[in-house]
Amino acid sequence: MKLRKQTKKEFITYAIVLLFYAVVMILDVTGNLKSHTKGLLVPVCYYATAAVSLNLVVGILGDLSLGHAGFMCVGAFSSSLFSVVFKESAMPVGLRFLIALIIGTAVAALFGFLIGIPVLRLNGDYLAIVTLAFGEIIKNILAAIYLGYDEAGVHLSLKSFTLQGEGKMLINGAMGIQGVPTDSNFTVATLILILTLVVVQHIVDSRTGRAIMSIRDNRIAAESIGINVTKYKMLAFTVSAAIAGTVGVLFSHNTSTLTAASNYFGYNVSIMILVYVVLGGIGSIRGSVIAAALLYALPEMLRGLGNLSNYRMLIYSVILIAVMLWNWAPAARTWREKVFAGKGGKADAAS
Amino acid sequence: MQLLEVKDLSISFGGLRAVDNLNLTVEKGELYGLIGPNGAGKTTVFNLLTGVYKPTEGSINLNGVNITGHRTAQINRDGIARTFQNIRLFKDLSVKDNVKLGLHQHYRYSTLTGILRLPKYFKVEKEMDERAMELLKVFDLDGEAETLSSNLPYGKQRKLEIARALATDPVLLLLDEPAAGMNPNETQELMDTIRFVRDKFDMTILLIEHDMKLVGGICEELTVLNFGQVLRQGPTKEVLNDPEVIKAYIGE
Repeated sequence: MKLRKQTKKEFITYAIVLLFYAVVMILDVTGNLKSHTKGLLVPVCYYATAAVSLNLVVGILGDLSLGHAGFMCVGAFSSSLFSVVFKESAMPVGLRFLIALIIGTAVAALFGFLIGIPVLRLNGDYLAIVTLAFGEIIKNILAAIYLGYDEAGVHLSLKSFTLQGEGKMLINGAMGIQGVPTDSNFTVATLILILTLVVVQHIVDSRTGRAIMSIRDNRIAAESIGINVTKYKMLAFTVSAAIAGTVGVLFSHNTSTLTAASNYFGYNVSIMILVYVVLGGIGSIRGSVIAAALLYALPEMLRGLGNLSNYRMLIYSVILIAVMLWNWAPAARTWREKVFAGKGGKADAAS
Repeated sequence: MQLLEVKDLSISFGGLRAVDNLNLTVEKGELYGLIGPNGAGKTTVFNLLTGVYKPTEGSINLNGVNITGHRTAQINRDGIARTFQNIRLFKDLSVKDNVKLGLHQHYRYSTLTGILRLPKYFKVEKEMDERAMELLKVFDLDGEAETLSSNLPYGKQRKLEIARALATDPVLLLLDEPAAGMNPNETQELMDTIRFVRDKFDMTILLIEHDMKLVGGICEELTVLNFGQVLRQGPTKEVLNDPEVIKAYIGE
């Protein structure tokens, strides 16, 4: 059977990820990988996953959401709570992490669904602002919760309290959750990335994805041909939130301490992920993966520049601006079209 | 047999009665024209018929079923499809995907089936492809199936919009100024297309138009609107020769 064009595109994306995984593994086995670089591998995978899931809302549905980090936060805390409670039990590590992944994903999906009900009635700038607000609310509430159990039972409070007798603090306010088992690793993170790619690309190239894109392109026309706009908006938003939850699980199980701090779950993280999506090309799934991997690793790699490393954030911004111009400036686009003539014209959406 | 029956339809925007007590009956198989000067309320009537606006008063019956107040998406499933004055295609999707979206309600599989790529996905997608290509062939667009819809020339975009509307398998097709922006040759071709659609698909068509040549050439019945009210109703020839109508259009 001849492969369809779309299927071929999907397989190239999987191949890129697998190739990256293979190269890293070979470098690791032959001892050519610095421990600093190793520490970047899991984050690269989960930020790529986050970018792909955000692209489902921003690029495919066409709504600007700035609350992605909030859903990561929900996934991180719900799954870490489970893992901390069952850390001492006889449950095998693999099973425990699998359940943690399912819990984080499901709870984030639930939050995505509930927040989606009011939020998706809005459009454009308003939607962006309200999702940003919800993301911040989630983060700030989780930073203020105290949860623990002792002989008297389980305590949940927004104020600090002392435990009576035998017991344990599970969520300690701004100190967050301590002692999360570090179950994440590069292989699992790569598998999750590939699974996410399969799910998102298969949605895009299906009846469901067409309906979602029709809302993006022309909502009024979509309604006029009987598309249930609310249903498909909710679906895209919920799936996106669910995957953000999975990312949160990977994040929280990669380091042993989990806090709802701004530099992990604040709006700046949502915007950083949005930058990956925009630079990778809005609506391009493969672009999101590549942009996330390169841009996440870039500032870290620039640390190795010796004296220049003081300017690494400056270099990073200059590169961002350059890529932005290359992608979107009219002059650059015409020049590119001239040089790479013959491409374009054909349907090329959502590769 | 009456297909569409509109009774005492009115809508007010603030103090303005954009449509005032409209009564309209379209027989099955008819080619019906809705004309009138700019601002007469023609597009508002379409928006009322398709549920974009809710009428202040009055009722809309399709095939004897009261569809007043239904949502836009529901009205399409009830059997009314439309095109738009300013073309509204899904511009970043291919020509074929535009038509496949028209088929969305009739060729179904769940999102999960799509994600898991179950055999049903391939089967239904193949059926959709075949049906979409059939429809595109009818409108002579099959050669451009993979082109981005926004890259089609203007006349073909109009045709594609009609093809997409027909894909939803309606009983009544509403065309909002199909000849807008067309030259005389294109208009002539469009007239042939509209007649062809009526005959080939057994379609009832209600259209808004400014082009008198087109209206006189293909419509059997006309309603003339002026300032939201019906000025004249009846067979095309009589209506177009009516002094009142001529006055409203050309002035005294």
